[in-house]
Amino acid sequence: MTDVTQAAAETQVRPGRLSEFWHYFRENRGAVFGLWVFAAFVAVAIFADFIAPYNPTEQFRDHLLQPPFWEEGGSTAYLLGTDAVGRDMLSRLLHGARYSFYVGVVVVLISATGGILIGLFAGFAPKWVDTLIMRVMDIILAFPSLLLALVLVAILGPSLTNAMIAIAIVSQPHYVRLTRASVMSELSKDYVTASRTTGAGLARLMFITVLPNCLSPIIVQGALSFSSAILDAAALGFLGMGAQPPTPEWGTMLAEAREFILRAWWVVTFPGLAILITVLAINLMGDGLRDALDPKLKRS
Amino acid sequence: MLKYFASRLLTFLPTFIGVTLISFAFIRVLPGDPITVMAGERGVDPARYQELLQQFGFDQPLIVQYWHYIVGVLHGDLGKSFVTKKPVWDEFFALFPATLELSICAMFLAVALGLPAGVIAAVNRGKFFDRALMSTALVGYSMPIFWWALLLIIVMSGWLGLTPVSGRISLLFYFPRVTGFMLIDSLLSGQKGAFTSAVSHLILPTIVLGTIPLAVIARQTRSAMLEVLSEDYIRTARAKGLSPYGVNFVHALRNAMIPVITVIGLSVGTLLAGAILTETIFSWPGIGKWMVDSIFRRDYPVVQGGLLLIAVMVMIVNLTVDVLYGFINPKIRKR
Repeated sequence: MTDVTQAAAETQVRPGRLSEFWHYFRENRGAVFGLWVFAAFVAVAIFADFIAPYNPTEQFRDHLLQPPFWEEGGSTAYLLGTDAVGRDMLSRLLHGARYSFYVGVVVVLISATGGILIGLFAGFAPKWVDTLIMRVMDIILAFPSLLLALVLVAILGPSLTNAMIAIAIVSQPHYVRLTRASVMSELSKDYVTASRTTGAGLARLMFITVLPNCLSPIIVQGALSFSSAILDAAALGFLGMGAQPPTPEWGTMLAEAREFILRAWWVVTFPGLAILITVLAINLMGDGLRDALDPKLKRS
Repeated sequence: MLKYFASRLLTFLPTFIGVTLISFAFIRVLPGDPITVMAGERGVDPARYQELLQQFGFDQPLIVQYWHYIVGVLHGDLGKSFVTKKPVWDEFFALFPATLELSICAMFLAVALGLPAGVIAAVNRGKFFDRALMSTALVGYSMPIFWWALLLIIVMSGWLGLTPVSGRISLLFYFPRVTGFMLIDSLLSGQKGAFTSAVSHLILPTIVLGTIPLAVIARQTRSAMLEVLSEDYIRTARAKGLSPYGVNFVHALRNAMIPVITVIGLSVGTLLAGAILTETIFSWPGIGKWMVDSIFRRDYPVVQGGLLLIAVMVMIVNLTVDVLYGFINPKIRKR
């Protein structure tokens, strides 16, 4: 019975919290702009098959390295030109959004779930377990993330899946540290003591009492690691350790385009621009999220 | 202070051991055993295989192997490269000055532009300058630097013909290596044009590697400055009639520097990760390119040793930052 009333009370509070969040988020114009661009990116990722004019791996051998339509020699049949084996750049870019989105979602899901669980556990565990966990995280953080990801991929074998696993492992410690730090500061508060004295079990304390109050910084970190996952996956692809050709992944496309850099600027420019715009939009959104969720800045 | 230092050092040791464990484990979790990997596609006959197994000590229990490994590490013995047959330690320190030179230049660029940009943005909070600078910083922060490098090559080298595309110095010059820093060595050589050549080779890699730290420093300086500028003593300084310049740069910046210094110190790891991409693109003969090449050549002792040395270096820098931080800010020491 009490559970039901409590649940009802929560559902009444939720919309209020969300609209409060939106109120603050909306104030940051850059963030709203980022949100729209991100929405467009997600839409492209989902509907790439329908939007793209051609199959991303189809080769038009009569149209090798054709420039974009506004340049001399370009045609509207291939709006952004074609690459060295005659594949339509626009179609490849649109399909590339799919891979980047996939990488972002999977990496954030794996690293956030793992990181939050470990962080929560560390916050609640006895001191020596906590120390042990944090030392392990320090060790992972001692390696430059891209280097560790590269080495992990070298062990697992180069592929997009392995690149995602590697990036998830490398970005996990940030979630652990954040979660643990917020758990630590929440644990000393009265409401936790109250919940404990009323007989809440450990699981309830961890997931229902404490965790929801630690989410703000984790959400912000989620946005940031989404964008850095896209960047890292593209970097690995660029180094030949991520998605393999002919996959239209943006970083892999750049790697293939390198040798034509001085002959055909479009094969180099567009994939990078796509990465930059996507990452920029997510970072803008992340800044807005941070401002809207951080109570310290709200007051000022 | 000493107690603080000791406590930092105490956390350093277990991390160091952990890092050696990871680099030790690396060669042993690879698919296939190291001897087969070393033999490559040629294969190896069983008798020779046993001999090699014994020679490298792979037949011993893991714990014994680890003991030998760590004793070797502490004596500066990281094994030999499969490819060049030279000790990994020597190769690392032969290539390290190139990376160091590039990193120092990049960091110099980042600090020289990032600090003023952050201060100007904070002082003009909400105005045009602030928005323009911070938008640029966000673009820099989101930049895929491998693409940025290619763009710069297209424009600066391809269209304008201003800068060379790869290497540290033009092949026309040859002089003995003294310090390993091309800028210094080219000056010492006294050859006409050598120094200019070295500088022109440095420009693009420096810009590429410096971009992200520059953006991070500008953003961090701005937010630290904003925090400091709202303090009472700044109001006092203004009230007693100090010039805006004096208030902003002397009173405020000095106190805003603490978080900024931390960011500068902690971006060493980012810098090394960036060096991997930058050096690969510009064929810069440093440790970033060396690591990537070794990974592709399956030169595992090099990957193993390089991984350890880089991690230890990052750890030492972090420790130094921690200690310096405690030195500057007594509040931290007390915790």
